Amino acid sequence: MVPSFRMLKEDEHLKKLAENFLTNLKKSGASDSSVLISNSVSESVNIRNKKLDGSTRSDSINVVLTAYVGKKKSSISSSNLEEDHINELIKKCVDTAKITPEDELNSLPDSELYFKGIKNLDLYDETFIENSKKIDFIKEAEEQAFKKKEIVNTNGSGFSQNKSNFILANSNGFIDGYKSSNFSAYCEVVAKSNGSMERDYEFSSKRFFNDLLEPKEIGQKASELAINKLKPRKIKSKKMKVVFDKRIAKNFLSSFANAITSSTIAKGTTFLKDKLNNQIFNDKINIVDKPDIIKGIGSRYFDIEGASTNKLNLVENGVLKNYLIDTYNGKKIKMKSNGRASGTTNLFFENGHEDYKNLLNSSKEIVYINETFGSGVNIITGDYSVGASGFMVQNGEFIYPISEITIAGNLNEIFNKMVLGNDLEFSYSTNSPTMFVDELTIGGK
Amino acid sequence: MLNWSLILNNFSIKFNAVSNFLKNKNLNYKKAQSLINNTLVDCDDGELYLEDTKSESILLDDNKIKSSSFKRDTGYGLRGVIEDKVAYSHSNDISEKSLEMSCDNIKSTLKHSNGKYNHSINKTNQKFYDEIDPIENKSLGTKIELLKEINKYVRSKDECVKQVTANFLGEHKNVEILRPGGELFTDSRPLVRINVSILVEKNGRKETGMYGVGGRQSYDNYLKNDDWKKICDEAFRMAYANLESKPSPAGEMKVVLGPGWPAILIHEAVGHGLEGDFNRKKTSVFHDLVGKKVASDGVTIIDDGTIDKKRGSLNIDDEGTPTEKTVLIENGILKNFMQDRMNARLMKTKSTGNGRRESYKHVIMPRMRNTIMLNGNNTQEEMIKSVDKGIFAVSFGGGQVDITSGKFVFNCTEAYEIVNGKIGSPLKGATLIGDGPSSLKQVLMVGNDMKLDPGIGTCGKAGQGVPVGVGQPSMLIDNMTVGGTQL
Repeated sequence: MVPSFRMLKEDEHLKKLAENFLTNLKKSGASDSSVLISNSVSESVNIRNKKLDGSTRSDSINVVLTAYVGKKKSSISSSNLEEDHINELIKKCVDTAKITPEDELNSLPDSELYFKGIKNLDLYDETFIENSKKIDFIKEAEEQAFKKKEIVNTNGSGFSQNKSNFILANSNGFIDGYKSSNFSAYCEVVAKSNGSMERDYEFSSKRFFNDLLEPKEIGQKASELAINKLKPRKIKSKKMKVVFDKRIAKNFLSSFANAITSSTIAKGTTFLKDKLNNQIFNDKINIVDKPDIIKGIGSRYFDIEGASTNKLNLVENGVLKNYLIDTYNGKKIKMKSNGRASGTTNLFFENGHEDYKNLLNSSKEIVYINETFGSGVNIITGDYSVGASGFMVQNGEFIYPISEITIAGNLNEIFNKMVLGNDLEFSYSTNSPTMFVDELTIGGK
Repeated sequence: MLNWSLILNNFSIKFNAVSNFLKNKNLNYKKAQSLINNTLVDCDDGELYLEDTKSESILLDDNKIKSSSFKRDTGYGLRGVIEDKVAYSHSNDISEKSLEMSCDNIKSTLKHSNGKYNHSINKTNQKFYDEIDPIENKSLGTKIELLKEINKYVRSKDECVKQVTANFLGEHKNVEILRPGGELFTDSRPLVRINVSILVEKNGRKETGMYGVGGRQSYDNYLKNDDWKKICDEAFRMAYANLESKPSPAGEMKVVLGPGWPAILIHEAVGHGLEGDFNRKKTSVFHDLVGKKVASDGVTIIDDGTIDKKRGSLNIDDEGTPTEKTVLIENGILKNFMQDRMNARLMKTKSTGNGRRESYKHVIMPRMRNTIMLNGNNTQEEMIKSVDKGIFAVSFGGGQVDITSGKFVFNCTEAYEIVNGKIGSPLKGATLIGDGPSSLKQVLMVGNDMKLDPGIGTCGKAGQGVPVGVGQPSMLIDNMTVGGTQL
């Protein structure tokens, strides 16, 4: 049995609080209002070189109050939910709204958009893992990694368990929320050989404890990745064909999602403005945002405004079919919210037709990129330029690691040229198969 | 990682004083003291950290006040340290029941511990900012009016201005650090930022420019005498210059960095690698290089927490240690790492006052404050004249480093080509990539025009963001890889 203090606050308790706050907001002069109360309890352990490094326990609660006075709006958040304190903040919130300029687009979502369905996605695992068991789990991963003689150190490995609950309520009568859980384990190791030192990691993150990768598998993968990077070379600047590892290819989806979010569309700060129903990828590319994957890391019933979140085919055969829309910006671009005020859910490229080997063999010489860094994506122009490391691949074989290079191009061109593998997996909330792009500029020696 | 992030973000030492936090709560000072004495008695170090932070964000975007929000965050974090192990427990609930639970949690992680509590912390009365609440200091109405005026001013500058985003970010953080035996350290930290970003469009091309200012004093110190117009002018100048930009070259070339904010190169290339934790763990490329030459002659780099009203300054760090001016590299030789108490103890040295945390929800780590390269003798003009083919980098969006391999990148938001000793066309956003330990050995000239950044940096490490400053004179680097599209 789990001791009660380790548990989340229950729905009924949070609902009662939320209803009280709504009542007080109304009494204080708010014409409309919403309340979001979230509570989370998480426990994590970190180890280093197979020994305990530390533990963290975190218990947090927070409320966000939003008051509308006609078309004026203000919001306040607080981690102190004591009644006197909240009443003071409610008054401040309404007073602030009153002196904030009017915006005719301010409103709660229309009533027909609220989530009314059944919550059956299995997002909460009751399992409680004691710290000693967390330590055993992640130690096993490091022990596996240290079986390789090149692994001389770790940057730290960890296990964390996070449980959260929230209630969203508004003056339109919406009141709902749910619990969710997350278990994650990571292992980051340092390989050394002849003066070269490199790090790499592997991790697993799931809603349910039993779905995590085996610790041995995590340690094994982390050690292989770090060792393979040892003694990298820098290559000459030239145009080259590039294969992006899955863990990097997914970043193009994140940039794409930023570029089709209604707030950027409304402001015109995106290279994909006015591209709805236009061909923006080649015709083999399909992109889906699917909120209803059972146990999905990104799964969700409704967004931060309470609007129902349904499956969206964002790109079909290369054609942009939908934006990601919230209530406010939706009004601005004269479209209805599709429940994306909290962003994407489980976002992915559908599988392509090429298998991994074929992608590596698609040219005599290829750079394989499995790490990029820097924030070099400009979604206004689509310009792309990042630091990178990876491998030289010749005739389908990994020949040597490369580092300290840059890759540059433009997202329009990359979207148009990309070829996808058939190896999609759901390791993150945003996922891509392995990706091939015909010619990008490599900056090196 | 250092960012232009848009996220928000009277000192005294009293002994046996009464905590401000523990007056009206469900926890009294005596009880808290006895709980932590009990829990930390067998630890090497640790404390109860209490925090009360007020913050505000007022945003004008797309011709409208898009949000005016206020946040109040209170909580505590209890830490016990034994050897190299840290047990941490935090909560918003400042009550006896909650603190008892945290004490149990700490004890269960650090069981069988047999440490010797180290009481020594230097005391100081140093004070680098005033005890003011910048949020209350300027009324919401006047902030909103000024944002509207900024919008009007920028849009009237040129018809190519299509979007203006401007915001005020204010914060007032009160912290108390309670240690066994009745030691209590307090600090009251104001922090503000004002940002303007502009989108311009001309002949179908869209470009942006951003500028911001800030630090640990009231908003008005940055706005008086129409100083706010300078923020707008600078953002506009950058955006407008970018309209004429051409694709950036790719490959190795000479790079001249302008003074001020480009010092994020220092922050990424060597700063993170000189933080105590990475060196104690031997995962930094610099861990065995103290006393060795790591940079060209004439390169001196310090980390300074004591600059008046700067964004990265602190009276005391988040462990209670007074901040100081720490010499990291002196005339090319590696002198010191930046330390918090735990890493200092394990490396048998003293804390340099670099123990910081984002909030009570986060554990202490060695973090930078204001990281600065000091002046040399050269002029920027000399540097540019000496370059046949290269890049003159004036502003950056952000940077990142891999501590273990030493590789770092940063993204230019304003850069120009240098051709035959002269500044040429502006270049489209390029990435610069380099190797930390070798890049500072390639410094050919250090300028005499040292400038601090305007007060905009947020450094991210292990998921924690803290406000920092950077500064440097102009600098000429022999060889860096530029990540453009033109071969």
